Formats: sequence, structure tokens, C-alpha cells
Amino acid sequence: MSGWRRKDLLDIRSLDAAEITRILDTAEAFKQVGTRDVKKVPALRGRTMVNFFVEPSTRTRTSFELAALRLSADVVNIAATSSSLTKGETLKDTARNLEALHADIIVLRHSAAGASKFLAERLAASVINAGDGAHEHPTQALLDTFTIRDRFKRVAGLHVVIVGDILFSRVARSNIWALTKLGAKVTLVGPSTLVPRAFEEFGVRVERRIEDVLPEADVVNLLRIQHERQKLEYFPGLGEYTNLFGLTKKRAALLKEDCLIMHPGPINRGVEIDSDLADSGRSVILDQVTNGLAVRMAVLYLCAGAQGGTKGDGSQDQVIAAGKEATV
Amino acid sequence: MSKLVIRGGRVIDPASGRDEIGDVFCVDGRIATAEEFEVANGVSTNLDARGRVVTPGLIDMHVHLREPGQSAKETIKTGSEAAAAGGFTSVVCMPNTSPVIDDPSAVTWLNSRIERDACINVFPVGAITRRLAGEELTPIGSMVQCGIVAISDDGRCVQNHGLMRRAVEYARMFNIPVVDHCQDYSLVGEGVMNEGHWSCVLGLAGWPAIGEEMMVLRNILLAEDCDSPIHCQHMSCAGSIRHIREAKKRGVKITCEVCPHHIALTDETIQEFDPAYKMNPPLRTQRDIEALIEGIADGTVDILASDHAPHCAYEKEVEFDYAPFGILGLETELSLFLNILVHERKAIDLPRLVAMFTSEPARLLGLDRGTLAPGSPADITIIDPDVEWIYDVGASKSLSRNSPFHGWELKGRAVRTIVAGRTVFSL
Repeated sequence: MSGWRRKDLLDIRSLDAAEITRILDTAEAFKQVGTRDVKKVPALRGRTMVNFFVEPSTRTRTSFELAALRLSADVVNIAATSSSLTKGETLKDTARNLEALHADIIVLRHSAAGASKFLAERLAASVINAGDGAHEHPTQALLDTFTIRDRFKRVAGLHVVIVGDILFSRVARSNIWALTKLGAKVTLVGPSTLVPRAFEEFGVRVERRIEDVLPEADVVNLLRIQHERQKLEYFPGLGEYTNLFGLTKKRAALLKEDCLIMHPGPINRGVEIDSDLADSGRSVILDQVTNGLAVRMAVLYLCAGAQGGTKGDGSQDQVIAAGKEATV
Repeated sequence: MSKLVIRGGRVIDPASGRDEIGDVFCVDGRIATAEEFEVANGVSTNLDARGRVVTPGLIDMHVHLREPGQSAKETIKTGSEAAAAGGFTSVVCMPNTSPVIDDPSAVTWLNSRIERDACINVFPVGAITRRLAGEELTPIGSMVQCGIVAISDDGRCVQNHGLMRRAVEYARMFNIPVVDHCQDYSLVGEGVMNEGHWSCVLGLAGWPAIGEEMMVLRNILLAEDCDSPIHCQHMSCAGSIRHIREAKKRGVKITCEVCPHHIALTDETIQEFDPAYKMNPPLRTQRDIEALIEGIADGTVDILASDHAPHCAYEKEVEFDYAPFGILGLETELSLFLNILVHERKAIDLPRLVAMFTSEPARLLGLDRGTLAPGSPADITIIDPDVEWIYDVGASKSLSRNSPFHGWELKGRAVRTIVAGRTVFSL
């Protein structure tokens, strides 16, 4: 196993296939921690993780918090509304203050693309990108890929269709990188205003009629469609969206028997996806949530282990996941 | 009487068509003929310019000196010193200060500061609309009486075409050009970098080229309709050059300028989310660079300028979305243009480069500068076109340090800058 050398996880675009696979394999080891009575391993005992969510979130934040707690780390949550950012403190100063408190890991969600890189360049602590503007959401793509691999035992050669607002989606971008690096075929479907042809330069297909691609899909990943006022310039409303791109029962009948239905959540029932379909056997939406925990444990463990240049060569992974102390 | 002679340099004076090895004579701060120099009393300062190029003092018609109100970024004093260090004897400063230069009292204040603090000539530009809000015209005539050389809402752009038309018609009375930062807000939206492959990769809001082109076309129509000159600032894309080229063929009074960063860098540099590469208009693609250079080579582009835009270090050390637009330019522009246009691409020759910094802006703005004709103010720049040097932004005369060119190896620079016969900068 190659050594994991990154103290931060900022994006998928700079990772190679071996690194992505390393994370997925490590997540595999951590997956069964959640099935035990005592859902803890001592891997990050004594370390401090700060959930710094400048852009609010409950699901991702809780997922990271649980992941850290299961690794025995101490967790602190900072939300933008209650932080000094509202008093005009810059991100740089906030970060320096966190470092002065000896935080080991900072999980950052921010509305500005590049924000986690900004922090990572300035801190010795590990910085994990939990979503930076429309740029990337690495752990989401990793858990999506993990879920696909878990069901199909592979990623290469599968056809993954991503539907919705790609232009403003960090989930889409991270998924495109992860899937193409692992050899999957990716097709994007959505309105031309939200899925511009420029995406074809990423090595993916762009289609406009969802019916055309559903029969060939192994996975359909539905993105949440946002409907703020600014977006009205891009498409005329939820009704039109559902009419053209919603996964209705009729459209779902076109899918292959074993095609997976995925969604990063939270779902808009009746918009991206028919309500009953969201609860059907083909939907792995809840598996994604469970897998998210394991993936985040893996990411926290690997990145914290790479601080100060230590090589995480994986020899201790199984031991640590089994709940035993790693030998130094 | 003070006397100055600069001997043996390659004297390039596009305004008079002069390009030869020769001498330049100055008496009492004005260019003089050899005879006038002979008969004048006093001891002469003699400068040996052999191996150098001697030109009229260079003019940068697009700088931000940040006074009044933003003197942490730059002052008239430090900005003029940076200009002198870059070889410039005259700059034209934009009105988007705090407060905006939008009435005669502001122009008067600015002039008194320039008088007191500037080591070179500084020509003020007045705003087109009050507070740059794009709604009401400023008292343009009264500001002209106080000495503005043009009007511009630079930093902003008048969106209301009807209002812009009135401004252009009105400016016609005073023979001053309207200078425009071409940006259609409805097309550009929140854009922070060129809309293209890289904005798609990075998830940053795109600033499409047509956002500039739309206003270039607007300006062409108005310049033609009002028969009055409009100057398009910092052209950044191929389409803009194409529109201007076509309009010039028809004789429309449209001119344009290019800044060095738009031919030295592409949007690919933004991969690390470094705000050092955040400008307005943004860096674009190699294809745009080729079109800009072609436009400079065939004369579509009239003028070169820097859009010198100082910002405090802490202002640029933030998330890319939040950083202010702009970089320093005065101390690097001559070298960058020399390197790219003359040395590397051979797109233009040295006399044309000099013209784009002297006779062209002087003609557009009606300045009695940019020439070595006898009687003109003795504003002179001496250039070593081949000296190799490395730009160290830490040694800049500017108060600010926001330049992406720090550490660049450059060939050619101004070695002496003379204003009214007195040296204000020498290497």
C-alpha cells in the first residue's frame, strides 16, 4: 500500500486513482465500527477536530462530528452566524485563532470556492474541505463512489448518470473527477443553462433528454435542484424542471433492474425524484449516509496521520479499525 | 538658466517621426534646439545616452492613485514615485476615489495635492455620473474648467445607454473623450474570472467575454451617432478587438487600450485560487492573447496602459470571491510590453511601442506632452531596452505589493526619468 502523504483533503481533482482507492479501502475497514455496541476506536484519541461551518449544514456537520467521535477525537462546532466572522473577522484571523487553540483538524464548509485551500496553506493543522462554494465536496464524491463500489464491486466501466444543476454543484464536480479517475463513464443531464457544453472538456457526455440515457445507466445520481431567485434566470421553475428532468415512476421504468438511485440529500420529494421511488429498493440514499460516516472516518484518520510528514502506509489500518492501539 | 543635454542616444520621437542617433537639448525645463541651447547661459548637465533609447516622457493614461480617501493603498506621492520608477513622466488618474471626483471642488482638491506631492505630471479624470452611480451627470463643464482631461466612470460602467449617449453628446462641447470600463452588469453578474474551461473546473462565477463586447459595441454605436470620441479601457478579449477594428475601418471615433497582464497571463493561473490573478476585466485565454497582440500589431489598439490598482496586502489575502480586483502596474508595464511585443513576438517595433505610450495618448487627451518637439516641456524617458533585471516587488515605490510579476526575469527598463528637465528617477 502506498503511503498517504496529504495532511489535507481539499479536492478530488488533484488526487490520483491510487489515492482515491486508498481512502475507499480504509473506509471499508472503518465501516463495521458502526455496527458494534461500543462504536469507538482510539485512532484519534486526544486530537481536537473543529467543525467550522461558515455555510450552514446539519447533515454533513453531524456526519463529520460522529466520525470524529467514533475515532475518539474531541469535537468543537463553530457556525458562521455565531462566530466572529459576523463581526468582520477575516478567515485568515479566524484560522490563526483556531490554531492558537491547537486544533488538529479543521473541517471547513464555506460559500467561497478555494476557502479550504486558503486555510490549508496557512495552517499546520489538517484541513478537510466539507464543501467550498461550487468547487468541490470531496467526501461526498468519495462516499458516492464507495456506495457504487460496495454494490457493484467495481467502478471502472460503469455508466453513471448525474442529473440536475451541475453548474453550481460541488457534488457534481467532485463526482466527475472521482468517477472518471476510477474509469467510470459519466453522463450529465440537465437544462443547457445549468449543464453547459464546457463540461464535455472534462471527458464526460452531456445530454438534454433524460429518457435517452436512463436505459443505459448503472447509477443515477440526482442532484437537489435549488430554486432561489437568482436561479430563475437559469431555468423557469420547479414545475418545468420536474416535467423535463424529474425521475418519475414512468421514467424509472426505463431503468435497468440493478440500476442504483442516488441522491446527496436533502431530497425534494416530488421534484428531483418521485416520493415513492426515494423509498424503493433501488434507492441507496440511506446507504450513502451510512457510508458517509465510514468515509469521513477514513479521511480524518489518513489526513491526521500525515501531519508533520509521517507516512500513513496503511500497515496499521486494520489494527486501528479493530479498536486496538496501533504499535508505534 | 538650467541646461541639459542628452547625448548619443537613439532618439525616438513618434510625434515628429524622428528615429536616429542624436542629441536632445533642454533649456529651463523645455526642449530646445541646438542653437537655443548654444546661446543659453548657464552650466549644462550632460548625460551620456549612448546605447540607450531616448524618448518623450512616457504617459500612462490609466492609473489609480487612491487619493482622496484610500491612502492606505497608495498616495499621489508614492504613486507618482512608482510611475517615475517605471519611466513615466505623466499619468492620468481615475476618479473612483473616496469621495469620487465628481464635482469641481474635488478636482480642485486633487490638483492642490498633485501640486504639493506629485513628482511627475498627474492629469485628473472626472466621473461621468455622480458617485459613479450611473444615474445623474456630473457638472462636466465646471470640472473641465478645473482641469480634467476626460470623463470616466472607471471601476463602474454606465449601464443606461440613453444616459451614456447624453454624456457623450455633452462631452463633445469640451473636446474631451469619454473613457469607458466596458462591463455589462447583466451579462457579467457576479463573475470573478473569465467564463470558460477554468471557471467551470474551479466553480467560480464566470465573467464572459461578451460582457465586455456588449459595451464595446454600445460605445461604437454612440461614438458614431454622436460623432464624439470614446476610448475603451483595458481590452481583454478577441471579440472586442474585432469590433473595434471593423468600426475603425468606417472611421468611427473609437480608440482602445491594452494592459500588460492581459497579454502576459491566462486564466489558467487561477488554479490555486490566488487573488494575485484577480483583475477586472479578468485574465482570459491564449486565443484572446493572440488576438490582442494581433490588434496591437495592426494598429487596432492605440494605447498601452497599466490600470495600476494598488491594494493593501491584507485586502488581497482573503477568499478569491471576496478579494478586490486589480494589481500594480507602473513599474513593470514598460518591461512587460517590451519583452512580449518587441523582444519575443516582434509584433511591433520600438518606435510604435513608444508611440503607444506618447503621441497616441497625448493626441487622444489633447495633452501638450508626448513629444520632443522644441518648446515642449522637457519630459524625457531614457530606456535601456536590453538590460536584464528581476522585478522585486518588495523594493517597489508603491505603498502596496499586489503584483503577480514578482520574481519575473525581464529585459529592458527605464533607467532615467526626467520631468521638466529635472531627473525624478534614475537607476
